[in-house]
Parts: sequence; C-alpha cells; structure tokens
Amino acid sequence: MKINGKVKGAYLVVLLITTLLYAGCTGSNPGTQKQTLTVAGSTTVQPIAAKAAEAYMKINPGVTVSVAGGGSGTGIKMASEGSADIGASSRDLTADEIAAGNLKVYEIADDGIAIVVHPGNTLSDLTKQQIKDIFSGKITNYKELGGPDKQIVVVIREEGSGTRTSFEDMIMDKGKTNNTQNAEQQPSNGAVKATVGSNPNAIGYISAGYLDGTVKGLKIGGIEPTRETIKSGTYPISRKLYMLTKGEASGNAKAFIDYVLSDAGQKIVEDEGFVKLR
Amino acid sequence: MKPGDKEKTVRAALFLSALSAALILLFIVFFLFKEALPFLSHGDLVGFLTGTVWKPTANVYGAGIFIAGSILTTAGALFIAVPLGVACAVFLSEVAPKKAVNILRPAIELLAGIPSIVYGLFALIVIVGLVQQDLGKLLTGDSLPTGKGILAAALILGVMILPIVISISQDAICAVPRSFREASYALGSTKWQTIQKVILPGAMPGIAAGVILGVGRAIGETMAVVLVLGNVGMIPSNILGIDSRGETLTSAIMLDMSYVPVGSMHYAALFTLGLTLFFMAFALSMASEYLLAKRRRQSKC
Repeated sequence: MKINGKVKGAYLVVLLITTLLYAGCTGSNPGTQKQTLTVAGSTTVQPIAAKAAEAYMKINPGVTVSVAGGGSGTGIKMASEGSADIGASSRDLTADEIAAGNLKVYEIADDGIAIVVHPGNTLSDLTKQQIKDIFSGKITNYKELGGPDKQIVVVIREEGSGTRTSFEDMIMDKGKTNNTQNAEQQPSNGAVKATVGSNPNAIGYISAGYLDGTVKGLKIGGIEPTRETIKSGTYPISRKLYMLTKGEASGNAKAFIDYVLSDAGQKIVEDEGFVKLR
Repeated sequence: MKPGDKEKTVRAALFLSALSAALILLFIVFFLFKEALPFLSHGDLVGFLTGTVWKPTANVYGAGIFIAGSILTTAGALFIAVPLGVACAVFLSEVAPKKAVNILRPAIELLAGIPSIVYGLFALIVIVGLVQQDLGKLLTGDSLPTGKGILAAALILGVMILPIVISISQDAICAVPRSFREASYALGSTKWQTIQKVILPGAMPGIAAGVILGVGRAIGETMAVVLVLGNVGMIPSNILGIDSRGETLTSAIMLDMSYVPVGSMHYAALFTLGLTLFFMAFALSMASEYLLAKRRRQSKC
C-alpha cells in the first residue's frame, strides 16, 4: 500500500506538470493564434504554390500556408468539398465541375507539356502524330523513329492528373485514342521525371516548368518548349494553370491568390520555369 | 475498496482491452463492406474478379490484373524467401555455433524492422539498375528496356518476408522433441540425415505457418511494390523486361486513391479491391493459425 501511495503521488505530480504546461502554452499567446490556409491539387502548380507560400508567409507571419499535391482531380475535389481553401488544377475544368462545386476559377500561369526522354537518348524532334503513335502503342521501338533497336518504355500519369488530361486532349484526340496497355503509371510530375531520367529507354510527359538537366525535352515539329514558344502558342501542347476557390475568394485565400497574381508572384511563376500571364 | 473489488475492476479493464481488438476488426470489416456496397450491389462481381481491363473513367472495373499481379509477385517472393529462410533457420538452430547465432539473430531482427519504403527505395535505386544493366547484359548481351517488373519486386519482397520465415521456422525446428534427434543419432544417422529425415518433416507444419504469414505480409505490401513493379495495367507474362511489369491490388488502391471522387462507383470499386485483399489475407492467417494450432497439440516448446 505504501508503494501504491508513492505511485499515485508520482502520477499526480506528472498530471499537475502537464496541466500547467498546457495552460502555459495556451495562456502565453492569446490572439496571436496562427491562421492556416491550405492549397492542394495539381503537382504542376505545386512548386509555384510552395514558393509563393514561402514568400507570402514572410510578409504575413500570422498565416501558415500549407501546400500539398495529389493531382488536379484531387484539387478540384478538395476545393469543391471545402477541405482545401484553394484547389490547384493544371487542366481546364468542365462546366459541370464548376457548377457542382460552385467554383471560382483563377488563371495564374501558362505552361507547356514537355515530351521528355533520357538525356542520353538520340531522339530530339517528334511530330504530333509520332507522339500519338508512341503513346497509343503503334510505335514500340526506337528504330521506327530512326534510333537504335531498343524497345520504348512509355511512362504516363494517373487518370486524375491534369497534365494527363491536357496531354490526352491535345495529342490523343481528346482521350478517344487509348494509351498503350504497356504504359507505366506514375503519380506525379516528379515521379515521371525521375523514371525517365533513370531509364535510357523511357519516354514520358511532364510540365515544362519541371524541365531540367536530368531529362531532355523534345522538340515537337521542330519547336522547342521554351517560354516564348509556349506564350506565343507556337509550341503545340500548352495549357493554362488555375487556382480554384469555393465561391468568390475571400480572406486569406483571396490575399494569397492576389499575391500569386501580383508582380512578385508572377516573378515566382517565371523563376519556377513557368510562363507568367503578363 | 475491498481487495476483491479491485480484482474485478482489473479483470474488467483487461477484458475490455482484449475486446477492443476484436471490435476494431469488426469496425474495419463493417466499413469496408459499407463503402464497397454500392459496387457489390450494382457492379458485376464475376467481371470484377476475372476482368483484365481497369478503366474507371469508362466505368470498366476488371481487377483480375491486380489479383494476378498480387499472386504472381507473392509467388516470386516465396521462391526466394522459402529456400533461403528455411536453410537459415536450420543453420541457426542446428549447425551454427553460439557466437554466430548471437550475431545473426539480431541482424535478422533488424531486417524485420526496416520500414518498407526504405526497402522500396533501395530496390528502386539498386535492384532495378542491377536487373536492367547487369543481369540484362549477362543474359541477353544487352541492357534490358526496363529493370522494373516482377523480378525486382519478388527480390525485394523476398528479403522483406525473410525474417518472418526464419523466426517462425526456427521456433518450429526447436519444437521438435530432443528425443527424436537422440533416437535418430542412436540409429547411426549423420547430422544432415537427421535434419533431412527427422527435423524438417517434424517441423513442417510450423514452417508452413511461417511461410503463410510471410505470404500475408507480401500480399499486403504496398510501398516497395509501387516503386518497382512498374504500375502497368497488365498481367506480367515474363520474368524480365517490358512484359514483366504489372500492378497489384495494393498499388492499384494507392495510385487511384489520390484522385477518386468520394462516393463514386470508382470509390466503391477501390473498397472492393480492399475487401478482396482483406479476404485473401484473412484466409491466409486462418490457414497459418490452423497449422500452428496443430503443432501446438503435437508438442510444447
């Protein structure tokens, strides 16, 4: 019984200390509680949102902006449900989606979709028809494109991806031409880039903003995916990037989107490799 | 408070804790069924289990590819883990000097503690490259189109289930009564003859139980498989190269979960995939439970 008493005493002390600690935490900063803003969706928009969030939080220390991926489908879904303050999409929304979620759509940047291969690949230029034939499985070997006798490993995005939808709209006859059954699925721009960058036989597509030395962006009909060609529309597969809110944006969500659309925000768009609006 | 009351309170608390595990299981099964119900009641179940095209946007749900993918990768993993695991268990319990056991056992236990994503990264960086470049050059004289596929997945899953197979096999071997061994030696058998004719047959139910538990782990494994199996909606038809890639039940759920609209038919279909996986794992664990119980009746270890 004596031991029991001691144990009980110890419990009491621990309880007391914890209570005091909690009380201290909540008591010391009343009113300065951080506000949070969540941005989720397209992995194409993610780097823009993340950099903008960083800069925005420096100017507004009272707000925590958290940025998540998940794909455009997720972004549209979360904005409609209200589980994210801002959804991000790298494809056009259907009228149904806008109506169902009562969404307000804000255009934040232009972007191209780059067809990428391993840096060691000899391929440098494809026609739209060739790209369609590769991704639909009609062309399966690099020798059919004048390259070495190597099987082509096709890498695509998951069905919810905005980049995939945009790609299929522009190359695969609005999705009427099926992807080859042989295509490897990866769940983000980064994962496609890593897969293509590590396999000399792979070909995939990513947002032009993700282009760097680890993969080679191919020309399409002789036109390279650069800011100028994407902006002017001469690069044949480009699209717009969006942020979405449920109803008209207000409060922090509006302030954040305004920041992304400001000169400073558009500078981030450009620094991240995308094409600014103005 | 009388001492008897305290006894009762403790008993009740312990009973509730024990009950909670069963309740949690019940809840999980209930919600799996609840979420899968729209698909179970309207979907075509035979088509679901045997179909080979999975295209949710077109309302085509053929999970046959995933079921086959799960079974094939798991079989591949067993092909690697069973011989290696059983041999290792025999070595540890019959042959190895105490010093070796003291080093090997903790090493095997550590192997069991590595998170599966770490296994997956290792497989993606090391095994996929080895298969594509080195093994490809060795077998075909040229590098393969891709190193991802069933071989890489089976290799890493095999290593992941190795600790389970080893530790349960070892327990089973140690449970073979000492008198059996002594009888065998008394008849003039060598050590190898004793292992082969007496110990392994005697330990077989326990070893089988360990293997089945390993199967359960392999079939439910997600992260490592998603990274190296290639995520292609096809049934693997080769051991190497472009046709060796596939997709399992777990990777299908993981890849689709990020964009599925909640409450849609696709959503219910994903829960049906989960339910399928649950029943496969449930059957396996029942089988292993049955075998272990059989062994327990035979001897006490």
